Amino acid sequence: MDRAWIPEGVQRCSAGAFYSWMALWLFVLGAAVTTALLILWKGLNQTNMNDYFGFGAWITADLGVIALGAGAFFSGFLTYVLRIKELKALINFAVIIGFICYSSALLILTLDIGQPLRGWFGYWFPNIHSMLTEVIFCITLYFTVLTIEYVPLILENRKIYANPVAHTLSHNFHEAMAIFAAIGTFLSFFHQGSLGGMYGVLYARPFAFREGFFVWPWTFFLFIFSAISVGPTFTILITMILQKVTKKRLVPRESLSVLAKIAGCLLCGYVIVKIADTYYWATHILPARGLTFAEQYHGYQYGLWLLFAEIGLCGIIPALILITRRLRENDKWLVLACALASIGVVLNRFIFTVQTLAMPVYPFDKWYIYFPSWQEWVTSMAVVAYGAVIISLSYRYLPVFPYERDLNPPAR
Amino acid sequence: MSEHHEVASKEKYGMVIDLDKCTGCGACTVSCLSENNHYVREDESDKLRSVAWMKVYKVTNGEPFPNTKVAFIPRPCMHCDHHTPCVSVCPVMATDYNPLTGIVSQIYTRCIGCRYCVGACPYHARYFNWWDPVWPEGMHKLLNPDMSPRMRGVVEKCSFCNHRLQKAKDKAYVEGRRDLKDGEYVTACAEACPTRAITFGNMKDPESAVAKLIKSPGAFRLLEKLGTQPKVYYLSNESWIRESGDNALGRKKTARPA
Repeated sequence: MDRAWIPEGVQRCSAGAFYSWMALWLFVLGAAVTTALLILWKGLNQTNMNDYFGFGAWITADLGVIALGAGAFFSGFLTYVLRIKELKALINFAVIIGFICYSSALLILTLDIGQPLRGWFGYWFPNIHSMLTEVIFCITLYFTVLTIEYVPLILENRKIYANPVAHTLSHNFHEAMAIFAAIGTFLSFFHQGSLGGMYGVLYARPFAFREGFFVWPWTFFLFIFSAISVGPTFTILITMILQKVTKKRLVPRESLSVLAKIAGCLLCGYVIVKIADTYYWATHILPARGLTFAEQYHGYQYGLWLLFAEIGLCGIIPALILITRRLRENDKWLVLACALASIGVVLNRFIFTVQTLAMPVYPFDKWYIYFPSWQEWVTSMAVVAYGAVIISLSYRYLPVFPYERDLNPPAR
Repeated sequence: MSEHHEVASKEKYGMVIDLDKCTGCGACTVSCLSENNHYVREDESDKLRSVAWMKVYKVTNGEPFPNTKVAFIPRPCMHCDHHTPCVSVCPVMATDYNPLTGIVSQIYTRCIGCRYCVGACPYHARYFNWWDPVWPEGMHKLLNPDMSPRMRGVVEKCSFCNHRLQKAKDKAYVEGRRDLKDGEYVTACAEACPTRAITFGNMKDPESAVAKLIKSPGAFRLLEKLGTQPKVYYLSNESWIRESGDNALGRKKTARPA
């Protein structure tokens, strides 16, 4: 039925199977859109946030997907600026994942502000001292760059490409892609950093506060480092999942291994500086405010296990797997390492977002527990459905993987 | 952000609360609610969503009966004077530090409701409007015309009854004066306190009651180690109350919230 729209020389499932698959995800997405409308209509009282937890599941989801989407800019940097040719097989898909992550972050942010209709005030009345202003500008600009990187791929759809205007446009976009990759890298470095800076500058919140270099707290650099370490692992993870679902090899194994090796080296570096940062925080920053390290953790929900899970289980272990050639060459170990690293970065963003606010600053105050409402869960989880829809459509109709035909020769 | 805005001004308003005089009656909270056009929801049991610009914390010395001691800590916005945490983080400049008066105020019509300021404030003095304000039938006629009500989705906070400063200045202008007399501009909470525990005034006027009280030996501020330099001071002769105001390494935290 849609054969003419499918790239030449590749095998796709039947239209019926595809539309059934899409119907499932669109149903989930529809539920999320309905919930989002409920929130816009009734207000943020539909969430479980309050005046202690001004930030909650949505900001965690935002920061999480933005960190995971860093695979797009960093792969772009490696492919177009450092010219690592093996990554050409992956770059289109990395851009799509980045596009999904950033667009969903923007959508969630719109939902998360109390006055969505005033969202444009961020551009109109910018406070140059606020890290959030930097975030607003950089995310919007980088999302524009990602759209520019995604558009040529859409224009390469078999039917669209037949149009001479689309053909020329796509060609010219490709010519300029290295420039966009460089711009994207610059913007991304800043907003990943600004997101970390958002917490590090909270000097009256000892859990998050960090000193730093010039106007940037150390969290600025830690967030960049963690994003470039983990972003590529998420790209690998989603690629592996797609290969499993489609039962095809879409990317040469060597490409995944090269990216995994780079991510592993970066993750090792990140874990070392994260441990150093935690040590300095515990021994200098907290005591200066009359607080102890032990006071920063409480009970089960905010226990010390979070720190061990983040740095140990989801930091050191995946780093060791990824830098060990024998392990990263094994698909199961690679998936495990990428999944752990991805969970780790989301955990890190959760800790900075929620635990910062949960920790009582007054000596006469107590810990409060935050658990998202079903409305927050549904809208946050919608990112998965949204991602599945975009990836499914892109995989079926766009030439996302340049080596797919070579890796999957037609059966005789 | 006062270090960025230091200007020659004869005014810097502050508050002193004598905790040894405070009975925890809550008159300050009620007068604040009334003065600043707060609405009260049918169910206010969720205190983490309940707006109270002047919140009264109850603390105890942690000792068992009969040695138990109780104190009340009324907590308005601290109007932090050094690198005001909420001002620097606001992405749309909806939070304002007035360098002429030292008052930190919120521009409700500019606030986008991102709540970054709520997270930045260690004193929990900022409140988000989770619901639209609703008053009982006919009560809107009793609202204070000098104070704008806030809409759903924006953050609000104690403004040191800034509108009262405008009124006092207008009166002084009509009388041909440029400067206000001590006590001419006071907040609603200070006016309502039955034990006169709250004193408000110009800290830069050496003759003002506030300027004298902040030099008292029992004066302290909440969470001073953070370096926010609050303009709200507390007085107490009880050392355990003064110690409750800040974190100290190794000290047993005995104080409890209300």
